[in-house]
Formats: sequence, C-alpha cells, structure tokens
Amino acid sequence: MPAPIRLRELIRTIRTARTQAEEREMIQKECAAIRSSFREEDNTYRCRNVAKLLYMHMLGYPAHFGQLECLKLIASQKFTDKRIGYLGAMLLLDERQDVHLLMTNCIKNDLNHSTQYVQGLALCTLGCMGSSEMCRDLAGEVEKLLKTSNSYLRKKAALCAVHVIRKVPELMEMFLPATKNLLSEKNHGEILHTSVVLLTEMCERSPDMLSHFRKLVPQLVRILKNLIMSGYSPEHDVSGISDPFLQVRILRLLRILGKGDDDSSEAMNDILAQVATNTETSKNVGNAILYETVLTIMDIKSESGLRVLAINILGRFLLNNDKNIRYVALTSLLKTVQTDHNAVQRHRSTIVDCLKDLDVSIKRRAMELSFALVNGNNIRGMMKELLYFLDSCDPDFKADCASGIFLAAEKYAPSKRWHIDTIMRVLTTAGSYVRDDSVPNLIQLITNSVEMHAYTVQRLYKALLDDISQQPLVQVASWCIGEYGDLLVSGQCEEEEPIQVNDLYVLDVLEGLLVSNLSTPVTRGYSLTAIMKLSTRFSSLNRIKKVVSIYGSSIDVELQQRAVEYNALFKKYDHMRPALLERMPIMEKTATNGPSETVQTNGETDSTILDTKHLPSISQPASQVGFLKHGFSIQTCAHFRHLNNIQPLNVIIPPMTAYNKNGLIIEFTFERSNPNPNIAVITIHATNSTEADMTEFVFQAAVPKTFQLQLLSPSSNVVPAFNQGSVTQVIRVLNPQKVRCYCEPRTHSASDLQCIQAINFYLSCVPGESNPQPCAS
Amino acid sequence: MIKAILIFNNHGKPRMSKFYEHYTEDTEQQIIRETFHLVSKRDENVCNFLEGGLLIGGSENKLIYRHYATLYFVFCVDSSESELGILDLIQVFVETLDKCFENVCELDLIFHLDKVHNILAEMVMGGMVLETNMSEIITQVEAQGKMEKSETLTLLFICQSMRQSQASRFSSKIS
Repeated sequence: MPAPIRLRELIRTIRTARTQAEEREMIQKECAAIRSSFREEDNTYRCRNVAKLLYMHMLGYPAHFGQLECLKLIASQKFTDKRIGYLGAMLLLDERQDVHLLMTNCIKNDLNHSTQYVQGLALCTLGCMGSSEMCRDLAGEVEKLLKTSNSYLRKKAALCAVHVIRKVPELMEMFLPATKNLLSEKNHGEILHTSVVLLTEMCERSPDMLSHFRKLVPQLVRILKNLIMSGYSPEHDVSGISDPFLQVRILRLLRILGKGDDDSSEAMNDILAQVATNTETSKNVGNAILYETVLTIMDIKSESGLRVLAINILGRFLLNNDKNIRYVALTSLLKTVQTDHNAVQRHRSTIVDCLKDLDVSIKRRAMELSFALVNGNNIRGMMKELLYFLDSCDPDFKADCASGIFLAAEKYAPSKRWHIDTIMRVLTTAGSYVRDDSVPNLIQLITNSVEMHAYTVQRLYKALLDDISQQPLVQVASWCIGEYGDLLVSGQCEEEEPIQVNDLYVLDVLEGLLVSNLSTPVTRGYSLTAIMKLSTRFSSLNRIKKVVSIYGSSIDVELQQRAVEYNALFKKYDHMRPALLERMPIMEKTATNGPSETVQTNGETDSTILDTKHLPSISQPASQVGFLKHGFSIQTCAHFRHLNNIQPLNVIIPPMTAYNKNGLIIEFTFERSNPNPNIAVITIHATNSTEADMTEFVFQAAVPKTFQLQLLSPSSNVVPAFNQGSVTQVIRVLNPQKVRCYCEPRTHSASDLQCIQAINFYLSCVPGESNPQPCAS
Repeated sequence: MIKAILIFNNHGKPRMSKFYEHYTEDTEQQIIRETFHLVSKRDENVCNFLEGGLLIGGSENKLIYRHYATLYFVFCVDSSESELGILDLIQVFVETLDKCFENVCELDLIFHLDKVHNILAEMVMGGMVLETNMSEIITQVEAQGKMEKSETLTLLFICQSMRQSQASRFSSKIS
C-alpha cells in the first residue's frame, strides 16, 4: 500500500479541480484511501490522514469516521500526533457523541504531563468542548493547575475554569480558594486578563460571589491606574495604549461590581473620570476604552457630573467620521435613553441626521433611537423626518417604521387632522408594508373624528384614484367611501377644496376595485359592502342591485355569501335596509394595546343591528341569518375576540321594567337555564293599561353576532286592555363571550298605538359585567 | 463570548472555520454561506458591525468583520463582548499571522491550515480571549513548532540510519 499523500499534495490536487463535481470525486477517492489506511491501523501515517480529513471537513464533506482516529492520536506519545488529535477532537467531536467521553482519561493524563505544551493542549480542548460529565471529572485537575506558578498554564487554566463553571455552575465554589491570589501584584498582564475574565464569570453567575468580590474594587482600581500611568510598554501595547484589552476587561468587571452598590461606585468615580478624560481618541483602541468607560458610568451609581460627561462623550462619538464609532454610540444611547432621557434629547438633531446615513446598520439604530426620543414637544418635527425616512428607506425597514409612526402618532398627536394626515401619508407611501391590524385601528380613529369625515373621505378618494395596489389603503378607503359617500358627493369639505364628484364616478371606482387583479379577497369584500351601503346614500339603486346580483355567483365563497345576503336584503327585507345600512356609531377602544372595541349607541346615530325575527329553529348563531356582515362585519368582529378579561356571569339579575310608555309596560325577569348555566332565560311580560286592546303585538329582539338568541312563541298576539292579562314570551340568550349586555327598546314606528306596534329590543354588548340595564329611548 | 471565527475569501470559499458552540456539520456550512452572503453585500465604507444571520442566533449576536485584500475575517460574538475590542482583536490576529508566516497571503492560509488553528488556539480558547500579546503568542507557537520538528527529525534520523545500515550490509555482501 503506497504511503498516503501529504496534506499539501491533497490541497494542491483539490485546487486543480475545475468543477464542484470534480472536487467531490477527488475527495471521495481520498476518503476511501484514508478509510482503508485507518483500517490497517497504520500508526505512522495516521497523523497525516487526520490532517487531510480535517481539511476536507472544513470544505464541508462528512468526516465523522475520523473521530475514533483522533482519540487514538491523542493517546499517542508523540507531540505531533497529540496536537492533530486534539485539533481533530475540537473540530469533529462534541458532547452529543458518546465517543467524546473516551477522551476523559487521556485528558486527565495529559493534564499531568511533564511538558507544558501537552498540558496546554489538554486544557485547550477541555475548555473548548468539554461536556458537563468531563468537566465534573476533571475540575479538580484544572483547579490544581490554576495554582501553579507557570504563567502559561495558569492563564489557560483560568479560561478552562470559566468553561467548567459555565457547564457545571455548582462547581464554582471549588475555584474560590484559587482566586485569592489572582489579582496580586506579581502577576503579569496575561494572567491578569484571564483572571479578570474568571472573576467576571463568577460574579455574573452568583450574587454571593458578587458581594464577596466587591472587596477587590480597590485593587482593580489600582491596577487600572498603573496601566494608564505607566509608560510605553512595547509588549502589551496596541497603537500606543498599554494593554487595552485588559483595561476594557477591568472596566467591565468594575461595572458589574459597582452596579447597585454605592460604596464601590464611589471608589470608582475618580478613576473613571480619569480614564474618560485622559484617553486618546485618535485611534480605534482609545475609543474602545472610552466606550467601555461610558457604559460603566451609565450602569453604576455614578454622580451626575460623571453621567453628563459620559453622554457628552457619546455625543462626540456621534459626530466622529468613523462609522464604527457612530454605530456604538447609537447603540449605547439606545441603552441609556430610558434613564437619561433629557440628556439624550440634546443630541436629537445629530441622531436624526444619522437617519440619512448610507449605512444600513446605522440607519436601523438611528430609527430605533428616534422613536424612543419622540415626545409631545418634538412630535411635529420628528414626524416630518421620520416620514421622509419612510419614503426613502429599504423595504426591510418599512414595516417597523410604519408601526413605529402609528404608535408615536397615537400617543402624541397634536390634532386630529394632523393624525389623519400622518396616517394617510404612511398609507400612501408604505401602504403594502403596514401591519394587518392597523386597518381596523385606522377605521376606528376615522369614525371617532366626526368633524373630519368629509375631509378624510375626500382625501381617501383622491388617493384611491391614484393607486389601488396598496391593500390597507384600499380597504380603509372603500370602507370610508361606503360610510361617508354622501358627504363626498355633496362637496361639503371644510378643510380642503371640495372636489366635484358624482355618485356614478364613485361607484365606478368601487366596482373597479372589485374586478381588479390587484385586489385581495378581503379588499373585494370591503368594496362589495361599501357598494351596498351606498344604496341608501346614493340614488343609483338599479346599478347597485345589478352589481350585487352578479357577485351572487362568484367563485369566492365569502363574496358570494355577502352578495346573496345583500340580494335577499333587496328582495325580501327592503324595509329594513335603511335601518341596517345607517352610519356606524362611534367606537371606543377599551385597551390601548389590542384593538378591542365596543359598540355603544348614542342618541342620534343608531347602530346597525341584526334583526332576528322569531324564527323557530334558532339555536344557530345569529351569524347564519344574514345581515350581520354590515354592522358587525369582519373587522369589528375581530375585536370581540379580544374581549377576554370579563368576569363570569354569576350574579342574579333582578327583574326590571324595560319599557313603560303609552300605557304599555314590558317587564323582564331573568333566570339561568338549568342544564346550561351560560344561557340566560328572559321572560317578558307585556301589560296594557290603556282602554283598548293592543292587537298584533310583536316582540322582536336583535343581538350582535356573538350572541345566540332564541325567541319562543308568545302566549298571544293581543295584549288585553285595562291590565286584564298579559302576554308572555320567553327569550333564551346565550352569551359565550360573557360580555355585558344592555337592551334598548326602540319603537319601529311612532304611529298608531292601537295598530301594529313593533317594539324592538336591542341587546348590545359592552365588555365588563353582565348586567342588563334598560336604556329607554 | 465569541461564538465562531470564520475566514473566507471573496468568493465564499472557507479558509478556516472554528465554532465555539455546537452545531451540526450541515448547519456549520450553512452558517458560513449565510455569513458570506451578509458580509459580501456590504459596501467598503460602512461600519464593520452587522446583526447576525438567523442561523447563528439572529439579532442577539453580532458579526464583526474586517476585509483584508481577498479575505474576510469574521468574528461572531454575543452581546457580552465589546465590539470595538473585537475589532482590535482581529487586527492583532492578522498581525500575528503576518509575523508567523512572513507577509501572509491567502495561499499560506490554504496550505497551512493546521498552523492557523494552532495560532488561533493560543489567542482564543473556549470562545474567550486568552492572550493578546503578539510576541508571547509567537513565542509559544514557535516553541511548539520546535517540539514537532524535533520529533519528525528523530524519526527521519532513525529511518535514515536504518537505511544506511541496510545499504552497508548490502555493499558488504557484494564486496
């Protein structure tokens, strides 16, 4: 069997491969050769083979068959073998393979080897990939090496100890005695460095250790002072500053020790001020130290003068030409903006300038920081900048920026018009990137700004004429046109020059949305509903009827259902249509986080209701009886989902008089249904104190979608005069969301009392308790 | 803690990869590819810090990189490390390589991968910075190299002497 080729040859051969396939072929051939060589248990060339295997592993080819060979190499006596063996172990093995436990014994022996480099190799490997079992077995050896006088081994042992503590935190106490001498004066720079790392790790993991090591603060301060004051030391110096890595580490440890502790913080104040003022900032090294100093000052209980100094340093960083410095300055300002808001505000203009930087990382940081700095005073200026940023930024940013703008606008909007303008601007520039829940939020906001309805709908209409590709914009616009279409055509806008548009154009636009390929099914649903609503506001009834009937056979099930229901509304329930399609009332938000809404009636604007006459088989949810899509359509129903923090209905509701007018008295009594306690059973008693009988008395009730209502047959249609008898009827109400309900009687027609008097009771929902209360009209 | 140290060239070919956290082989290769993709998009005059890719821990980890001629040196670190400090560390690493290899170039890294690993092992151990003093690192590396050389020399010497004795026996047989 010829000697296996050397690593160098292999590399040269692989580099001559011109295609990936050729390379793969060569590597497979070599792997086969290596495998047969391993099988022959050839000691001399094992080292070479494993080296080649590691190279192939780096290129991405499987090399797991070399794991055992690495172990054999580790067990060998030669240093070369051990070196490659340990390297292979670190690259190929990890704690998921059971094989790694076999290493434990070898490492143990090597930790006690006579040659320091072998010990070093063992420590290195243990520190890189030691599993918890290995660490437990070998912690004692590591601790012994921590106390040795050999500085080369001590520093490695310190870092190995850190790894052991990370894997098995319980062993921390074992290393405590060894740490006593770690910071003593006679230690050189390297040992100090790793010792500080070890101390940092122990302090981070255990508060007891933290208090124990607080007494080291004076020593650390002394070391730091020596470093700054000492002259030029060529070994540890980087660009003229002595051992910057150690300085940074000590500063970090001081930060951990000083956090929350007054005494330690005070002991550090002087040295921190000294470092902050004396460090040279012309090179990256100086800036690294300054940066660490600033972070430490902000974290400990430093005096206010020092904090101002720190923030000014950060401000100086922001103006630096070096992008890296600006980046770290923005990152640290983001961390401190919560605690030192005013100080950071001073640098607001610089931060806003960073939004225009070309660097993506800086832009992102600047954007986050800008949102954190927005407050009631600077909202207008900041929003201008942020909107400009939204126009020009990358698509990755647009979603975050848009949500940030919405949040800021909601909290600090100086006026409704400004708020609506801002939202319009966001929708038109970044419309496709806004989150889905902003559409209902916007609709709610628009509904609530009653005086701005005409202005809003006009602007939305104009935006729609320009561009129908951005779905959230289109959805909001079609909803508004449906609601306020009459304001649009009447040209009533006060805020702006009113546009002249007649209802045919508006219907053209809405129909255009329905047929356009750019519209999603949700958008189509919105436009169909909007067209339907316009049937009460515009006069082109036939056209609307035609549109609605066309979509009765649409492939999209949602559209089809809507169209069929609206058709039915035209044909059979035309008398209800105006009532159903009236304006929506003002919606209130119950929580600022989630878009939960309630529906309340106020005097003038009647809400659209779901009218359910007493249909016999009604334990189906009201949703199946059409008419619901309009008033409590998808967007508002989504909000009922969020009403989930309601107390359960366990109060007994006393009977009450729901209606008492014109001689007709209707009383409600309540009880719980026995088999299902969620169902409330309301019994109505209607009595008549006038002189004439009331004939054809009909009781109707309407409920929102989440309720289920069952009206049983009344005892009779005639309410006899002079309170001689009463009509009773039982209503069963299921309220699965356990929302509060109250009912309001509405007379359908204020005409002849003797004749048909339909009294519609309306059960609406308000989240909260479940106490029905009358609210007479 | 340093999660990974990667060196790859302008075309994405890995020249050295060391992971201080456990990933499967496939994930490691994917991480290298993803990191190359992120880093190669960067302009020359932007800052040297990036959010980490999804595979390597997303936005909690940062990629700190430096571009020297045809090679990218990328350190993936978590939030406990100082970004500017790591930038200096990369500089020290490259200068050490330069001293060890005498005007290091990409070919040196290609053909002496094990040596690069040995140098790195003297600087970073278990994801933590071990030694930053260049001369100290070089001293240690050279000492270990000498040990290796002496072992191979002894082997060569033994083989040589064996062959010589064989040859002399042969020649004595002939003569």
